[in-house]
Amino acid sequence: MTHQAGRALTIWLLAMLAGAIVVWNSHFSADMSFFLPAKPTAEQQVLVDQLKEGVVSRLLMVAIEGGDAGQRAAASRALRSRLEQLPAFVSVQNGETASMNADRDFLFAHRYLLSPAVRPQRFTVDGLRAAVADSIDLLASPAGMMLKPLLPRDPTGELMAMVSGLNAGAQPNARGGVWASRDGERAMLLIQTAALGSDTDGQERAIALIRSQFAEAAPGATLSLQLSGPGLFAVKLRETIKQEVTRLSAISALAIVAVLFFVYRSPRLMTLGLLPVASGALAGIVAVSLVYGTVFGITVGFGSALIGEAVDYSIYYFVQSGRLGVEQWRARFWPTIRLGVLTSICGFAALLFSGFPGLAQLGLYSLSGVLTAALVTRFILPPLAGSNVNLRDLSHFAPALKRGIVAMQTLRWPVLVLAVAAAALLTLNRDQVWHPNLSALSTVSAEDGAIDQALRADISAPDARYMAVITAADRESALQAAERAGQKLDALIAEGVIGGYDSPARFLPSQAMQASRRASLPASAELQARLQAALADSPLAASKLAGFVADVEQARSQGSVDRAALNGTALALAVDSLLIERPNGWSVLLPLRPPGGDKGVDIAIAPVRAALAGSGALFIDMKNEFDTLYNDYLDEATLLSLAGFLAIVGLLAVTLRSARRLGIVLLPLLLAVLLVVAGLHLAGEQLHLLHLIGMLLIVAVGSNYVLFFDQSGGAAALDDATLVSMAVANLTTAIGFGTLALSNVPVLHAVGATVGPGAVLALLLAAVFVGRQARAGVSRGTGA
Amino acid sequence: MIKRLLGYLLLIAVALPASAAFDIGQLMGDLARHKGGKAKFVEKKYFAILDKPVVSTGEMTYTAPDRLEKRTLTPKVETLLLDKDILSIERDKQKLSINLANQPEALAFVDSIRGTLSGNRAALEKNYALHLAGNADKWVLTLLPSDQKIASLVQRITVSGSKNQVRVIEYLQADGDRSVLNIDPVDAK
Repeated sequence: MTHQAGRALTIWLLAMLAGAIVVWNSHFSADMSFFLPAKPTAEQQVLVDQLKEGVVSRLLMVAIEGGDAGQRAAASRALRSRLEQLPAFVSVQNGETASMNADRDFLFAHRYLLSPAVRPQRFTVDGLRAAVADSIDLLASPAGMMLKPLLPRDPTGELMAMVSGLNAGAQPNARGGVWASRDGERAMLLIQTAALGSDTDGQERAIALIRSQFAEAAPGATLSLQLSGPGLFAVKLRETIKQEVTRLSAISALAIVAVLFFVYRSPRLMTLGLLPVASGALAGIVAVSLVYGTVFGITVGFGSALIGEAVDYSIYYFVQSGRLGVEQWRARFWPTIRLGVLTSICGFAALLFSGFPGLAQLGLYSLSGVLTAALVTRFILPPLAGSNVNLRDLSHFAPALKRGIVAMQTLRWPVLVLAVAAAALLTLNRDQVWHPNLSALSTVSAEDGAIDQALRADISAPDARYMAVITAADRESALQAAERAGQKLDALIAEGVIGGYDSPARFLPSQAMQASRRASLPASAELQARLQAALADSPLAASKLAGFVADVEQARSQGSVDRAALNGTALALAVDSLLIERPNGWSVLLPLRPPGGDKGVDIAIAPVRAALAGSGALFIDMKNEFDTLYNDYLDEATLLSLAGFLAIVGLLAVTLRSARRLGIVLLPLLLAVLLVVAGLHLAGEQLHLLHLIGMLLIVAVGSNYVLFFDQSGGAAALDDATLVSMAVANLTTAIGFGTLALSNVPVLHAVGATVGPGAVLALLLAAVFVGRQARAGVSRGTGA
Repeated sequence: MIKRLLGYLLLIAVALPASAAFDIGQLMGDLARHKGGKAKFVEKKYFAILDKPVVSTGEMTYTAPDRLEKRTLTPKVETLLLDKDILSIERDKQKLSINLANQPEALAFVDSIRGTLSGNRAALEKNYALHLAGNADKWVLTLLPSDQKIASLVQRITVSGSKNQVRVIEYLQADGDRSVLNIDPVDAK
């Protein structure tokens, strides 16, 4: 080993050590932030916040099955009383009414500060007469039955005025005093975790707690527990990614080691050959960790493909330099390999500009990995391997390969016909080729999705699709803004545009609003006099309303309702979930309910936007935001793929300096993309944005093989060693990407299913087309 | 007046075994054959706290065995629909749906009227002790709740009628308030 080589080796060792330290300290994440936009719009920010910490993201739905209704109800009560003690849960609801009494008592106690009907007019003689007459009408109705005992203290019906705005439309079914599914065969609970939706560890612990507490509350095998919710999906996603990273990397590594061993028949060469791969994988994680702070699990999962791609360089080196020696190899083959590395880098670099953080990471990871692997092959591998490569003679594979090439070259026209057919197929079915929304990237299995839907329907869990969002500097101005927006929304309810809405100001009105309501209340003597006048002809005598007069007087003198007053009620939870303190101010969420009935489950967006215009409230349709987000990603991915493709074309144009050669190199690549896409479509896969990225990678990775044909002056002119090295390198790349196709994570699967076959096709098509053309052309060396 | 009524009821109860010619089974059979129809109603509710009864009027439509619609027209329009176990109330453009399976007490309450209209003796006897007086042309069926929870809401329900037509339903609530529902069939079949 020369002095220079020793120095290169030392630098490499130090770099690897530093890299290992960075990786050791890296933060790995397997949550959905992989998919969330890096630079969200105001609307998307709401979406991101809701997904990460919104109430809906913290809801877990639980069903208890088996046994009889009595056993299920008993288990539901037992589970609730156990979970309620635990700090991991903010709320555990199972339909038991005891918990609702506290809420009703709170509303009743503070009705003159909370009721939206409290205004000065309501306490005039006419106002009192009308309000009491309404209350008496209501008594005659079954709806008024529960109000009867309250009438002497609440003759103006403030409790009804408060309650009527709440969503009483959808209530879960009940059996034995607790919630049940629609068919009554399962007891249902709705649980809100203290852990945020984005805290996957916290969600995992909460889910484990629910399961263990249930096992203790309902021992034996009579009853079973079913659970779903965003938290479970997050935990499962992480589990899936963890398993897949290990599984895919192991499969890919084992298969490639097997191929290398079969080719090299030498443990030493095999180990050396894996050196650039290991360096590349390490460098990829280090780069991502340093640039983004967090490494996504899916990114690491992409390592399987990187292994297949990065091992190519050492294969070229060992197989090609065996006969020629290092110097000759560097002169003759390195420029071609270098060009291949550069095209790959162009492809991966395009992803760096993506606003889809997962994609940007995949780009950086692959780029650094490939670059490192190539550099290690070029500078570290030769001194380590020494001149004594001693690779066994592989030329006996060559004749078979050459016969294959000759046979394939007769297929030029059939391949072109096939390509035309593929293009026609895709053009005809262009409306079905693409998956329309973000669910394409969802890792939730169909089975889990079905369970989730069933539980959600059974418990009428909120899906929080529509909301108006307000931001303000402090709590008071946030609540005042919520009240102003509420007035606009009340008008929309009257018009039937929306069915209703929730607002934190319902239970925690702004101090200004409470003061104005308090100012509406007359003093005792005045109220007495007005009641006498108002109720002169009423069946309800004013003399029976002493409790009312006393309660009004108390409301006049007592303090305002603040957040602390809500403690101990479920209303506190409702307020906290709708009124959120953020580092830079306060946010108010006003979830809107669709009108329901024959008007359907959708809200007409335009009238709501128009009504809220100028109020400072932003109206958001979550589903629409998801679709927009996905379409933004897709548009961006299209643009980036094109840019990457153009960069590769530009690079090739500059290097090849011949339009004809450029065309010959690009033809097999484009045909490979076309055939793979048509194949995926025929196989029933709906394409999404990762398939698109896959197409770019076919060009970026596939070009390596085509370039060898081009630079060597055609397939027939390739020397035996180069031909064998290309076959082996192509095989390992196909294994690496192909393994990803086994993944259950759509992001990885799509890239694998596209690039795996694409890389092989690129090589085969290069043999078909480049060889023939080049035979007629001038055989040239590599001046680059 | 209430005392007199109670005394009268007691008399009926004592006299019950004697009127073997017309028994509960027979009445239920008659009622079960009634397949429904439309009627006008006048309902008077007497509340201790109010000096005068609250009177409401409207129409009722019954479709055997488990659909009952009560449309109140005065003093305020309100629609009450009982369809199987779902009770929906529509008032002032607001709609409220209650699943009675969730509320056993309310269900027992509703079963008293539904069980009578459909002649479902088993449903009635689940929650009430039944007493019958009179004959087929003029009968009085008294329902006394057997369950403590229901008794804390309603003391007694008295249904009276002629042949298979229910004419009057009176609820006496636990607190002494009561309501009297007079039913006048529009197209008696």
